[in-house]
Amino acid sequence: MAEKDNYSGMVDGINGLIDRQIFANEKIYSIELERVFTRSWLLIGHETQIPNNGDFISSRMGAESVILCRDPNRKIHVFLNTCTHRGMKVCLYDEGNTATFTCPFHAWSFATDGKLVGVPHEKDLYSKSLDKEKWSLIEVAQMYNYKGSIWATWDKSAPNFIEYLGGAKDHLDLALDSLDGSEGGTEVFGGVHKWISPCNWKVPAENFCGDSYHNVSHISVDMVGIGPSAGSGEKGRRDNELVDAQHLWISFPGGHGIHSAMKPANNEYIEAYKDNPIVEEYYRHCYKERELKLGERARIVPFVGTIFPNTSFHGRQPRALCSWHPNGPQSSQISRFFLVDKAAPKEVKDLVRRYYMRYAGPAGMTEQDDMENWNQATASCNGAIARRFPFNYQQSMGDYKINDPVPGMVSTQMTEENARQFYKCWASYMESQDWGKIMSHPAQTATGNGI
Amino acid sequence: MNDLGEKNKLRRDDYYYRLKQEIEEFLYDEAELLDQRNFSEWLDILSDDLIYFMPIRRNVKFGTHNEKENTREGYDISWFEEDKWTLSKRIDQIHTGKHWAEEPLSRVSRMITNIQLQNVKPTMQEPCEVGIKSRFLIYQNRSENECNTFYGKRSDILRLETGVWKLIRREIILDQNILMAKNLSIFF
Ligand code: FES
Ligand SMILES: [Fe+2]
Repeated sequence: MAEKDNYSGMVDGINGLIDRQIFANEKIYSIELERVFTRSWLLIGHETQIPNNGDFISSRMGAESVILCRDPNRKIHVFLNTCTHRGMKVCLYDEGNTATFTCPFHAWSFATDGKLVGVPHEKDLYSKSLDKEKWSLIEVAQMYNYKGSIWATWDKSAPNFIEYLGGAKDHLDLALDSLDGSEGGTEVFGGVHKWISPCNWKVPAENFCGDSYHNVSHISVDMVGIGPSAGSGEKGRRDNELVDAQHLWISFPGGHGIHSAMKPANNEYIEAYKDNPIVEEYYRHCYKERELKLGERARIVPFVGTIFPNTSFHGRQPRALCSWHPNGPQSSQISRFFLVDKAAPKEVKDLVRRYYMRYAGPAGMTEQDDMENWNQATASCNGAIARRFPFNYQQSMGDYKINDPVPGMVSTQMTEENARQFYKCWASYMESQDWGKIMSHPAQTATGNGI
Repeated sequence: MNDLGEKNKLRRDDYYYRLKQEIEEFLYDEAELLDQRNFSEWLDILSDDLIYFMPIRRNVKFGTHNEKENTREGYDISWFEEDKWTLSKRIDQIHTGKHWAEEPLSRVSRMITNIQLQNVKPTMQEPCEVGIKSRFLIYQNRSENECNTFYGKRSDILRLETGVWKLIRREIILDQNILMAKNLSIFF
């Protein structure tokens, strides 16, 4: 494997072949931690999880624990959760409020802006040597608060977050903006799903960047009906809001893959959330408002997407941001928080919260079946024989247009193009290419204005 | 969870032990139904207004456990906040034979122990509603070699409905922070 570090060769987008070893090999995994996860932008959390000064949550970047906190000047920080003295975790909690992170080992203590403020017996033991300024908590190179969602990278030279998102921004907005089209305005429910699943992190990341072909795997839940109108007798796992829409599979520079949809020109509201008339009315009202605010742009409605490398989102039913943290070549630690309009009435918050719980995550009736498939697909990549046989990524080869009908590399039929582009980008990171190469993409080169 | 302090502790008399025996039998019968995959019959012992709740559990600072350790019913995202309708949907899903997380079916054994009664209403002599604390140990084996073990505490309320005990509330406290199993595809 990887003798010549020929990662481009392992993910052959021209022929639509991907080597199974990238989902199993220990060495490839450790190189990913080094070359993908120290450079790309990763999701950390959401500002509404830390509303007050001194609030913190623990999160993760790649395989490492990080702290998201708010200092006394309301500034948000992301630190590696490791003491600069001997490495002990300085934060042992999932969430809380504190003035300092005091290390349990030798009690160095750090303020919530990262500064080392307390060293036991400092005068006696360190008077000649210790420059406390140099031993702050290790902070990320760049952090960005995008409509409340917090992102960070360890790479100073990475493009800023907005540039990194490029055209995918318009689609991430569909999850982060309020349903009535006003900017931002979403909040996170208390309670973050965190679980461990024996699959390679790329499998679910790819799944969310537009594998609509796997719809059939959810047949059981579709037969039964669990959507927000299921109580009124509707089948399916969600409402039929996209029934008249043109589905779009869009790949963007930087490897992001989006599945959204475009409503017809009349952009008719389709009745949904029928299980509670107050909720139905709210969605109907917001739909109209959004159309007034955004006009033509309101025709784009969300489905799912992956922001390279390991952040995925559901845009509407359900509505959540999720990280697939690498946890070994055949294991992912997954975390997901769920979004709702801050201004939504209680009935809306109640109904969607209960819907999210029965839909998503390890207890969710839909995602349970995903997990089973992701895991066994990952496990297959171990076989001495099986790994001689690449996976087939030949769906809808060449069936895309550039910037038509929306910006990006767009397919109007189901496609594995988003996945092919995802892995092409992955190979650029793995071969330590510069940012120009990483961000190069058909949508960019064809028009010169991809990002 | 209700506190079983000395103050609230029921007197250990004949009435207590007789009722406890009856309740134990109920819980063992229930476990048997589930272990034998008689899911539809299990549904019959659930009251129509059942609440079935499993919070997510956080690591929090000493002294904040009461408010912060568990996600809140009615406000937060938890592992489960279900009613009889959603549980019946879960059973229908298994019965499609295409619910890949439970197809083929897992092999599951439920051990229910440490059963203690609390809050018997209106009287011990003629109970209509009983609060029960217990522990569970559930072994799940699926596919070829996949195993999960779930340990935790349950806090149940049973109510007598037309002469039959029905489960009206189950709070499941799973002793895990990050969920170690890829799925919670079984009933607790
Ligand atoms: S490891 Fe933190 S103070 Fe020594
Ligand atoms: Fe899925």
